[in-house]
Amino acid sequence: MNSLYYQKRLSRNIGDKFFTSLSVICALIAILPLIFLVTYILIKGGSQITPELFTLEPNPPGDDLDAGGINPALIGTLIITTIASIIAIPVGVGGGIYLAEYSKGGAFSRFIRFGVNVLAGVPSIIAGVFIYALIVSTKILFGSMYSGLAGGMALSILMLPTVIKTTDEGLKMVPNELRYASLGVGASMYTTILKVTLPSAFRSIATGVVLGIARAAGETAPLIFTALFSYYYIVGFEDLFYEMGSLAVLIYNFALEPYDAQNKLAWAASFILVLSILSVNIFSRILAAFTEKTKRV
Amino acid sequence: MEEKLTLFKNRKRFGIEKNIDIIFKNTALVLSSFVAIILLGIILVVFFQSFESFSRYGLKFLVTSEWNPVKDEYGAFTAIYGTLVTSFLSLLITIPLGVGTAIFITEDFVPKVFREIIGSFVELLAAIPSVVLGLWAIFVMEPFFRAFFVFLHNFFGWIPLFSTEPTGRNTLLAILILVVMLLPIVTSIARDSLNQVPKKLRNAAYGIGASRWKTIFSVILPAALSGIMAGVLLALGRAMGETMAVTMIIGNSNAFSWSLLSPGYTISSMLANQFGEADGSQVSSLFYAAFVLMILSLVVNIFAQWLVKKFSLKY
Repeated sequence: MNSLYYQKRLSRNIGDKFFTSLSVICALIAILPLIFLVTYILIKGGSQITPELFTLEPNPPGDDLDAGGINPALIGTLIITTIASIIAIPVGVGGGIYLAEYSKGGAFSRFIRFGVNVLAGVPSIIAGVFIYALIVSTKILFGSMYSGLAGGMALSILMLPTVIKTTDEGLKMVPNELRYASLGVGASMYTTILKVTLPSAFRSIATGVVLGIARAAGETAPLIFTALFSYYYIVGFEDLFYEMGSLAVLIYNFALEPYDAQNKLAWAASFILVLSILSVNIFSRILAAFTEKTKRV
Repeated sequence: MEEKLTLFKNRKRFGIEKNIDIIFKNTALVLSSFVAIILLGIILVVFFQSFESFSRYGLKFLVTSEWNPVKDEYGAFTAIYGTLVTSFLSLLITIPLGVGTAIFITEDFVPKVFREIIGSFVELLAAIPSVVLGLWAIFVMEPFFRAFFVFLHNFFGWIPLFSTEPTGRNTLLAILILVVMLLPIVTSIARDSLNQVPKKLRNAAYGIGASRWKTIFSVILPAALSGIMAGVLLALGRAMGETMAVTMIIGNSNAFSWSLLSPGYTISSMLANQFGEADGSQVSSLFYAAFVLMILSLVVNIFAQWLVKKFSLKY
C-alpha cells in the first residue's frame, strides 16, 4: 500500500532532488554573470552618451581631459560593413542558389558544403592575416597599404559562410511543388529561381544575412592590421584607400590606454555597438517568430 | 531535373533566354566555388608566407619558447601552450555549466515562458562582440577577482599552477572570459540536441519506472551526446581562435610559466599584438604561428563535422 505514495527518503528521490538543484545552480551560475554583464555595459556605456560623441573626432590619447567623439569610427564601421556586405551577399547568395537549386548532391556540392563549414570555423584573425598577406603587404590596391577596403574584404570572408548557409537552407525549405509548377508552365530555370523560389525564401534569407552583418560589425581581429585605425573624419571617396577607424578597433585601442577619458570613450562605443547588435538580433528574432506563426495558420 | 527537361526538347525557347539560363547557372557555379578558392587560398598563402621560418626552425619552432626579435630567434611554445591551456581549461569549466543549464531549460522545472526567455537570452549573449567582453574583463572582472587570486596564491601556491604572485592581467582571467564567451555556444547547441531527442524515448523510460534523472542520464543524454560533442568541439575551435577578449586580458608576456596566475600568451593574441609592427623574419615566424593555429582549428572543426555525420541521431 505504502509503495504507491511518494517516498521522500528513497535514494532515487534524494538523488533526483540533488541533481535538480545542481542543474538549477548551473543555470544560475551561467545566467547571473551574463545578466550582470549586459546591464553593466548598458548602464556604464549609456551614461557616457552625449550629442558631441556623434559629431567629434576622437582626440589622440594624452593628458587632454576631453576625449572627443567617435564620429569617424561610427562612419568607418558603417562603411567597412557595407563593403563586406557588397562582396559577401552576391557571392554567398549565388553560391547558395547553386547548392540548393542546381547541385544534385554530388561530390562537388558536398565538398563546397564541407568547405562552408570549415570556413565558418576559421579563426577570424586568420582572415586578417590572409588579407594582410594578399592585399596590405603587396599594396595591390593602387599602392595603398592599410585601408578600409582591405578591412571590408577581411570581414567579407567571415560573412560569406553565414550567407551561403542561410541561402542554401532557406531555399531548401521552399516546397518542390512551387518549382514544378513554375517549370511546368514553361518558365526557365533562372526565371523560376528569381521569380518564384528566391522571393518565397526571401524572409528567412534576409534574417540570416542581417544576423551575419550584425556579427561582422562587431568583429575586431580581422581589422586591426587591415583597416588599422584613424582619428580623422572621413570626408571623401578616396578615404577608402587609407587607414580607417571602426568602433570595434576604437574599443580595443582605447581600452588599453591608461587615460580615463579614452576608457570612457571605449565604454560609449561599446554601448552603441552592443545596443545596435542586440536590437538587430531581437528584431529579426521577433520577425522570424511572427512569420512562423502566420505560416501555421 | 535533367531527364524531365529533355522531354521538352522541341519546345522553342528564344536563344537569348537559353543563353541567360546557361550563364545564370554557370555564374552560380563560379560563385559557389569561391568558398573553396578562398579556403585553399588562405591555407596556401599562410603556408608560403611561413616557409622561410619553417625551413629555418622546422618543428623546433613548436617546442622552444624564445621569441626575441633583437636576436632574431623565434619559438612559439609559450603561445601554443597558452592557446591549448586556455581553450581546454575554459572548456572544462563550460561543459558542466552549459550542459546543466541546457538540461534546466529543456526539463519542465519552471514554466515554459521562463525557459524560453532564458534560452533566447543566452543566445543573444553569443552576439556580444568579444572586444566588448574584453573591455568588461579589464575594468570589471580583473578588480573583482583580484582578492580571490591572492587567496588562491596564498593557500595553493605550492601547486605549480598557482605559483606566481598575481599581478593584474593573467591567464586565469583569460580562461574565465572564455567561459563567458563559450557558455552561450555550448548551452544553445546542447539545448537543441536535447530537444531533438524524441519524446517517446522519455515516455518509455518513465513508463518502466525510471526516475527523472535516471532517464536523463541513461536515455536522454546518451541520445543527445553526438550533438553535444559536436557543439563542444565547435566551442573548442572558437576558444582556440578567439582573439580580442583574450588579448586584452591575458597580459601578453612571452616568458613561459606553468602558473595560471602569471601573464601569458596565445597564438592569436601574439598575432594581434605583433603583426602590425613586425618586419623581416619575424613576419614569417608570425605566419608560421598563424599556420599552426589554423591547422589546430581545422582539425577540431573537421573532427566535429565527422562526428556529427557519424553519430547523428537515427530514430
